[in-house]
Amino acid sequence: MKGLKIVVLAKQVPDTHNVGANAMNADGTVNRAALPTVFNPEDLNALEMALQVKDRIPGTHVTVVTMGLPKASTIISDSISRGADDGFVLSDPRLGGADTLATSYALSCAVDMVGDVDLIFGGRQAIDGDTAQVGPQVAEKLDIPQITYAETLVNVDEKSIEVVRRLADGIEQVRANFPCVVTVTGTAQPCRYPHAHRLIKFDGAPVATRNADDIKPDLERIGKKGSPTKVKKIQNVVLAHKESQQVAPTTEALSELMGTLIAEHII
Amino acid sequence: MNNVLVYCELTENNHIADISLELCTKGRQLATEMNGRLQAVVAGSNVQHAAAELYPYGVDEVFIADDTRLAPYRTLPHFEVVLKVVNEQQPDVMLFGATTVGRDLAPRVSSRLRCGLTADCTALELGDHTDTLTGKEYKGILHQIRPAFGGNIVATIITPEHKPQMATVREGVMRKEVLDANYKGTATNVDIAGCLDAADKAVTIIRREIVEKSINIKGASIIVAGGYGVGSKENFKMLHDLAHLIGGEVGATRAAVDAGFCEPERQIGQTGVTVRPRLYIACGISGAVQHRAGMDQSSKIISINTDPNAPINAIADYTIIGDVCAVLPMMMDCYSNNLK
Repeated sequence: MKGLKIVVLAKQVPDTHNVGANAMNADGTVNRAALPTVFNPEDLNALEMALQVKDRIPGTHVTVVTMGLPKASTIISDSISRGADDGFVLSDPRLGGADTLATSYALSCAVDMVGDVDLIFGGRQAIDGDTAQVGPQVAEKLDIPQITYAETLVNVDEKSIEVVRRLADGIEQVRANFPCVVTVTGTAQPCRYPHAHRLIKFDGAPVATRNADDIKPDLERIGKKGSPTKVKKIQNVVLAHKESQQVAPTTEALSELMGTLIAEHII
Repeated sequence: MNNVLVYCELTENNHIADISLELCTKGRQLATEMNGRLQAVVAGSNVQHAAAELYPYGVDEVFIADDTRLAPYRTLPHFEVVLKVVNEQQPDVMLFGATTVGRDLAPRVSSRLRCGLTADCTALELGDHTDTLTGKEYKGILHQIRPAFGGNIVATIITPEHKPQMATVREGVMRKEVLDANYKGTATNVDIAGCLDAADKAVTIIRREIVEKSINIKGASIIVAGGYGVGSKENFKMLHDLAHLIGGEVGATRAAVDAGFCEPERQIGQTGVTVRPRLYIACGISGAVQHRAGMDQSSKIISINTDPNAPINAIADYTIIGDVCAVLPMMMDCYSNNLK
């Protein structure tokens, strides 16, 4: 059996648990340079599913693609140490300020550049936006089917994949022929750890980078220029202060509070 | 055309889902302001009755695609139907639920139409906009409002140059309200002959297991919700005890769900459920804007927090500064004693 050609789309994201005051630019876009970054969690689940396919079908080649600042190269080296074959950072100021539409267009051009890809994996969504749009949009740009919310890999052969999807109120097992896009949820199997020998071999090794010219896009459709959505304004949230009543954590005060709530038929 | 088009989802029993009726209620309001019509697209099998379910919400035109290949939902067949209706009707605004279906379908549609899509909006309004660079003025465009990025900001997103203006909205964010029980619209069958053949072959459903929701926090009139500050899954049991005692349900913040204290079905907030209970008891919840977006319309809010400066306190009717683990047992005792 011939091995498959897989691309994993991964994103380096700001660690939204550690957001500082200078996180936003004046124009309302994210100041990525000012934030600590992590491997987008669901993209790690996606990488794991790709590596499971590689485990089952010998000769499969897994390429990880990330779009972002040059420092996103750690996504590639981390992925390779966990078992991916290669990868590159797609980095270019012309790609900056992109919304999901311009992002998915650039990524679809990158997948085309890799060429003859059977399967594209990505996380369901990234923690810095939670939009879950890029996977389906990449699928549309490539004009191929999509399977979203994938949780478990059931079966894969040289021409199709079968997965279980996690829906809001149940599950669905589906099969799609290649090529197709699969987005993976955080409830899927966590990613395997880096292999010690791969870490030693690849740590600090140079990571390939590509710029906008390499992926041959229509320059009108990338970056801020290719983004239909604009941020009109950003507001700091002003809380409408209620007349908040302080209740001491004592039996007396709490008893009075419960008495009031009962009397008002609230509880 | 100044029309608003809502993509309608169907329940397992083949009725219009609540989320879609909520969107129709909002869509009616927008369409009226825009002097346009409210349109709905329904794709499924044996769904002719859907039109009658939609009219009372002020839907003027229902486009029905009725074909066995359209149920259960699969991306590509529904994608073809929506594209056909959008291309024919050219709506100004299009709304989808931010559900597993809507979040699967809407981005693919927006990608094909090359227009923007704002996810998980918490408010939709019409407003004007002047482009600061070109000076160009836009009247009555859709302001898509959502909390964004890490906490305390709310972003207004616009797509001034692209139609339709597309947004997804979570279930429960908009209110569902009948406009007029006798409202009459028209229903049209979408001509889908030929356009489903290729789409039908792409993905095959091998099995489905759908379970009735066992947790319903959306309809609860009392909610005891916990945040990361509750500290552990064990401590969360106290919230269940209090909820059980006073006839409520347990909710949680995203941080608490991520930490494994509570099931994801109980998550309240922008990426969870929006609730409007009679009483909301916030335990160890700091009150990030994403969480408040899902609960700030509660009638009465009690906050229990060790931090006197927690943002949640600012919207609380009662603030108890103290440790959840100490306060909750006292509250339960006081409640029981008050009933004697």
